[in-house]
Amino acid sequence: MKALWGEMNGRGRVVLAVAVLLLLLAPTVATRYLVSVLTLIFYFVYVGQAWNLMMGYAGQLSLGHALYVGVGGYVSAALWVHFGIGPWLGVFPAVLLAASFGAAIGWLGFRFGIEGVYFALLTIAFAEFTRIGFDHIDVVGGAGGLFIPYEEARLGEWWNLRGGQLFFYYLAFGLAAIAVLVTALLARSRLGYQWRAVREDEAAARALGIDAFRAKMKAILISSAMTAVGGVFYAFYYNSLFPAQMFEMSRSIELILGPIVGGLGTVFGPVIGAFLLTPLGEILIGVTEALGINAPGAKAVFFGLTLMVIIYLVPTGVWPWLSKTLGLTGRRS
Amino acid sequence: MASNTGFRPSRRDLLGAAAAVSATALIGAPAIVRAEAKTLKIAKLLPRSGLFAAAGQSCHRGAVVTPKVLADYGYAVELMHIDFESNVDVARTQTERAIAEGAQCVTGAFESGATLAIAQVCEQRQIPFVIDIGSAPQLTEQGYKYLVRNFQTNPMLVENGLRQIKDLMAATKVSFESAVYVHANDTFGTLSRKAMDELFPKAGMPFPLKDSIAYDPKAQDLAVEVTKIRAIDPDLVMVTSRSSDAIKLVRDMVRQRFEPKAIVSPGSPGLYDEEFYQALGPLADFHLYNLPWANPKSEMTQALAAAFKQAHPKNRFEVDCFNAGFTFEGILIAADAFKRAGTADGPTLMEAVKATNIERHVMTGGPIRFDEKGQNNDITSAVVQSRHRTPTVVLPADVAVMVPVLPMPAWQGRS
Amino acid sequence: MLAIYLNVVVQGVLTGLLYGLMALGLSAIFGVVRVVNFAHGEFAVVAMYAAFVLFRVYGIDPMWAMLPIAVAFFVIGYALQHTVIDAFVGRPDHEQFILLVGLAIVITNGLLLVFGPDAQPANLPYAFDSVMVGPLIIDEVRVYAAVAALAVCAALFAFFRFTRTGTAIRACADNLVGAAVVGLNVRRLYALTFGLGLACVGAAGALMITIADAVPSLGPAYTLLAFTIVIVGGLGSMTGALVGGLLIGVSEALAGFLVAPSMKSMFSFALLIAVLVLRPQGLLGKKPA
Repeated sequence: MKALWGEMNGRGRVVLAVAVLLLLLAPTVATRYLVSVLTLIFYFVYVGQAWNLMMGYAGQLSLGHALYVGVGGYVSAALWVHFGIGPWLGVFPAVLLAASFGAAIGWLGFRFGIEGVYFALLTIAFAEFTRIGFDHIDVVGGAGGLFIPYEEARLGEWWNLRGGQLFFYYLAFGLAAIAVLVTALLARSRLGYQWRAVREDEAAARALGIDAFRAKMKAILISSAMTAVGGVFYAFYYNSLFPAQMFEMSRSIELILGPIVGGLGTVFGPVIGAFLLTPLGEILIGVTEALGINAPGAKAVFFGLTLMVIIYLVPTGVWPWLSKTLGLTGRRS
Repeated sequence: MASNTGFRPSRRDLLGAAAAVSATALIGAPAIVRAEAKTLKIAKLLPRSGLFAAAGQSCHRGAVVTPKVLADYGYAVELMHIDFESNVDVARTQTERAIAEGAQCVTGAFESGATLAIAQVCEQRQIPFVIDIGSAPQLTEQGYKYLVRNFQTNPMLVENGLRQIKDLMAATKVSFESAVYVHANDTFGTLSRKAMDELFPKAGMPFPLKDSIAYDPKAQDLAVEVTKIRAIDPDLVMVTSRSSDAIKLVRDMVRQRFEPKAIVSPGSPGLYDEEFYQALGPLADFHLYNLPWANPKSEMTQALAAAFKQAHPKNRFEVDCFNAGFTFEGILIAADAFKRAGTADGPTLMEAVKATNIERHVMTGGPIRFDEKGQNNDITSAVVQSRHRTPTVVLPADVAVMVPVLPMPAWQGRS
Repeated sequence: MLAIYLNVVVQGVLTGLLYGLMALGLSAIFGVVRVVNFAHGEFAVVAMYAAFVLFRVYGIDPMWAMLPIAVAFFVIGYALQHTVIDAFVGRPDHEQFILLVGLAIVITNGLLLVFGPDAQPANLPYAFDSVMVGPLIIDEVRVYAAVAALAVCAALFAFFRFTRTGTAIRACADNLVGAAVVGLNVRRLYALTFGLGLACVGAAGALMITIADAVPSLGPAYTLLAFTIVIVGGLGSMTGALVGGLLIGVSEALAGFLVAPSMKSMFSFALLIAVLVLRPQGLLGKKPA
């Protein structure tokens, strides 16, 4: 908490506290529609934050994070469907496997000095390779998909992630909150400073005695493990998994839009990004409908244009600009 | 991080846009008073953009003409057309939005993942969900109570498809020596393959299945796949494809001068879409697909066809009738249940949906009825053959309008 | 049996050359301007539609239509670089990424709005012809497309090797500071390069319509393919892009034939991973300084 508090000044803290309170109370007044949108936002905050740790802080561009979502989701769902092992236990092997994927990619990438776009392509290659692999793994249904039964009788079993809309709302909220806290903590930790040093100038960081390889490995391990937990949530929220739906490159891209638009390497960037982009999609549906131009594809055209405009106007993200404009961080002038 | 300067805020635009979204969808306005309306409000969810856009738009063409046709039969429905962009997240939030804006029943959704996302919302809201197209056998096995399906599962499609290959052989006195099965390695294709692996040995087919070949649905061409088939040289090629792959498959067969006696789809779309006819011209003819089809002899089908022609002069009902027909029937089921129940109250309406027994409808098969899991087991398939670039029912005899032609004429010299 | 293998390899080679041409545009942009064009495949799809329209409406064969399309794409590329993308040169990859991903989304869905979701075939009169060469059956369109692709590549090689501007662009790629010091107008050269890169994609897309049908959602697959080829072949190496294209084309064809067609792109990605790890500069790339 302290780390989080330290991110902001007095005014920022008030805004944050009010926002958290509002979100906690939201389901009492909001419709189920709004709750479902917020749940989705929290999910994107969570996975966006996991990605932000690796890219925003340690400077390693991954365009294959859907890999960890998919592995996490598939492992926990398969254990539940085939062996009745609940996700409260299944999340451990899920995280373990995803983190080993992360370790393998990280080791190959960092050991062999693959950087920037090259590293990004390495992550894409792994994600796509795995997607096609999963298309052929019969135990999890291949491309045919893996289905988790709905089972009304189990709906109260929260430890097995069986519950109604409110349950998933607060679960997603909790995940997002934890991710923000973890980021705030790590950002102020020794590791966080090492990451930033490596991000800014790896050679200089080495000269200072920082083990860049270790720091980067820690980043990808933490990031992939966190993302896998998001995958477990996703699997049990939707109750069905398809390799295309879990691993596709478009999913990896979707997941990183929020943090970049919101502001990389900041604690609240991914939060703002998710709160901007997910509602933007929903709003555009409503707007195009109201204007009578809701031909299929029109909404996405506007969405793409908005992305371009935002990144053109605020290349470093909305949060740094917003917090400065509203005076939420730094010293009040 | 570089500091950013010279930035002009654009929040005004965003706020203006936000206001355009209906407020009742966001904040729990006083529970909408549901007077016993005479019209049923149905949310029709389809993937009209994204990966499944072609199919989604084809279904949509059927959906837009449905209320008018149903009105002539004494049913009153109002449709909310929703595009879920081939995206599960959107499917889920948009279902919530539709229900928040007053939808009393949901139909859709073509794609399995989205279908299950919608099913969950409907289950929690106690709103009936009629699956009009969706073949994964698991959909009705997950324990959802507010869900019925008026569509064949992959095993049903394949079982009927294989049986009708035998019917074809009997009707035309043409026999096959050996077969190869080719399928797209997507959800539909993989589920069909599973059914094929299981059902072919039991079906007692008079020819062996030499090989089953899965191809990448994203492949740019199917040249290698065709080379592989050609090396086996079967006289029957069975395919489960999507339409753009079917084009590539036939095109590469022609280029590689491979001519089987027949190309038959045991229950999949692909060989009859407008783009297939456009791309292949005369080469698109004589392919066969064993599918549930709009019964050309049903009076309701003719009414739907007439309305379709009027609304979509550029599209042909014969080509869209599989998608349009099932879309129509999904809405019909909801409307019929509403008429019998006399209320749109979820649980009562669902009771009525489960008790459906519709004699007069569009697609081939017996009356529309659902078993205890919500599956309609009485949909039958027809054998349809492309003739003069028009899907034409050729078997069974009671619904056929032409006789099947087999073996298909050589690629060369077609016009 | 040997004949069949040979046939598969020939198919791979012919398709690979076309892939190579598409990747060449990316290699030029990526290698010189250092902008990661994540809308590359989408541009190829736009060119496919352009060639489709020119053929269907005006009856211009894509083999010829590729010339005006390449010119138009050059202009678009030049303008795009000059107006929007220039601000992103030298900025972090992820910012360029969002800009171009946004553009890709606009293009894909714009095409969906205009042309609808159905596959659009050019329906060339010779689309179904094939020639027998001994035991081999070779598609005519693929041969034409491959030859045309080679011709475009040759023209580009000549440009970079023998013209002043071409040499200047190469100087920019090799040593940016040096180029600026000797007084080259880097901004203009970047715009030229981006234009040339897009002209390549335009030509490749126009040729692509002869062997594949235009569908709005094709873009991401082409983008990924182009990146794979460029990395495998070696960034900044023009022959590398062609060799990468051939290698991917042939290995996919062979993998499809020998293992399973549905797994064939797994081999491309495995190849990509192997090259990144073992020879990050690509097969024909120069060792980084």
